[in-house]
Amino acid sequence: MTKPEGELTWRDIEIGSIVTEPGNARQYKTGDWRSQKPTYDFNRCIKCAICQIFCPEGCVNQNDDGYFEADLYYCKGCGICAKECPTGVITMVEEKE
Amino acid sequence: MANRVGMEVSVAIGEVVKLANADVIAAYPITPQTHIVEHLAELVANGELDAEFIPVESEHSAMSACLGSAAAGARTFTATAGQGLELMHEVLYIASSMRLPIVMTVANRALSAPLSVWGDHSDAMAVRDTGWIQMFTENGQEVIDNILCAFRIAEDKKVLLPVMVHLDGFHVSHMIEPMLLPELAEVDRFLPPNQYPLPLNPTKPVTMGDFAPPVIYSEAKWAQEVSLRGAREVIDRCWQEFGDSFGRHYSAVEGYHNDAKVLLLTMGSFSETAMTAIDRMRDEGGDVGLVKLRLWRPFPFAEIRKAVKGAEVLIVLDRALSFGGLGPVLSEIRAALYQMEKRPKVVGFVGGLGGRDISVAGFEEIVKRGIEIAHQGSPQEFETFGIRE
Repeated sequence: MTKPEGELTWRDIEIGSIVTEPGNARQYKTGDWRSQKPTYDFNRCIKCAICQIFCPEGCVNQNDDGYFEADLYYCKGCGICAKECPTGVITMVEEKE
Repeated sequence: MANRVGMEVSVAIGEVVKLANADVIAAYPITPQTHIVEHLAELVANGELDAEFIPVESEHSAMSACLGSAAAGARTFTATAGQGLELMHEVLYIASSMRLPIVMTVANRALSAPLSVWGDHSDAMAVRDTGWIQMFTENGQEVIDNILCAFRIAEDKKVLLPVMVHLDGFHVSHMIEPMLLPELAEVDRFLPPNQYPLPLNPTKPVTMGDFAPPVIYSEAKWAQEVSLRGAREVIDRCWQEFGDSFGRHYSAVEGYHNDAKVLLLTMGSFSETAMTAIDRMRDEGGDVGLVKLRLWRPFPFAEIRKAVKGAEVLIVLDRALSFGGLGPVLSEIRAALYQMEKRPKVVGFVGGLGGRDISVAGFEEIVKRGIEIAHQGSPQEFETFGIRE
């Protein structure tokens, strides 16, 4: 998008509010909806990727050390990764930010 | 040259959709619209019309299929009536909000309960706020002419909005009438190919029907409102050019002796009966005339004010109830005239519900009682016609 949404006037909107730039949902940071966030004890991690597969947001990626970690700009704090992790790597804690 | 034909209006609608070379028809049969889609299904099955006929399981699906078809850039037609239009309701908003040029004929039918398959305008009024262009017609010729106009208006790049062409269920849909059916070459000259500007296309992906948070929703809705209001210019030009090409003239508001002191206002096929009543009353020296409202949305405020200027009494007939309120046409007309310095007294009647006829004599009674109310008042906000006490 050329302008942030808050600066668009009704004249700037495409016909039928069609979005002509594919993939721009990336610009919409949904992480601030979160009331809980995942924390990690990577000592227990076996890099099975189950958390990545189960993440409904698709926001879990491998970090530089190969461990799986949520991108907190998009993580909504649902806790599914913590529930599914077979070795108990992930603990959900209150989001204070 | 046009062909003069005698056929059922519903069948003629199928024929004119064939002439318009529709690409996709998605429809579910419902009385009194059934013959329209039956004939179209037959035309497609016989190979006379090269189109996709999608036999869906409900009207909700019919309109949903139309969304996809129009979004892909196909010329899209459907038809429904009464309960069918109501089942489509939420999808109607999506069609107009996504600016998809779909043409739909509605064979107007009363709403349940009690179940009635017969005509009135309850269904049309219930979808008044869905953002569609809505036009009313009086007879078969007006229906087929306005279907051609509807395609051209809907697909115009300045409009890109869906259009409903209303015809009264049974009173028009099932009549066998003489009509002038245009030649294909005439239609091709009048109706350019549909060129939707941002169609679904894998090589140039777009997202349609996205979501809008509070920061942008109001802007999106206002853009839609501006487009519907702006459609007026295209609608008027289309009717003008239709008149130039075919010799039959249409406008948003049409007058019949509307310089008279007492005016009646009607929509749809009842206007024809009302005209006969006006003729009779004028023969007997009555200073009466008629205003026919063709375009219901976008509402022609200025034209209505102009058409009734100079009248002392305006009697508005609604063929629908807005439960607990005024008749929908009455309240719109009153609102439109409010800012006139010198305006007629506006009297409202509701009648012709669920297929009940109003005869020529009936319209004469309505005018007589309407004049009485204008001078002496009425104990009610509006009166009914023909309901047994």
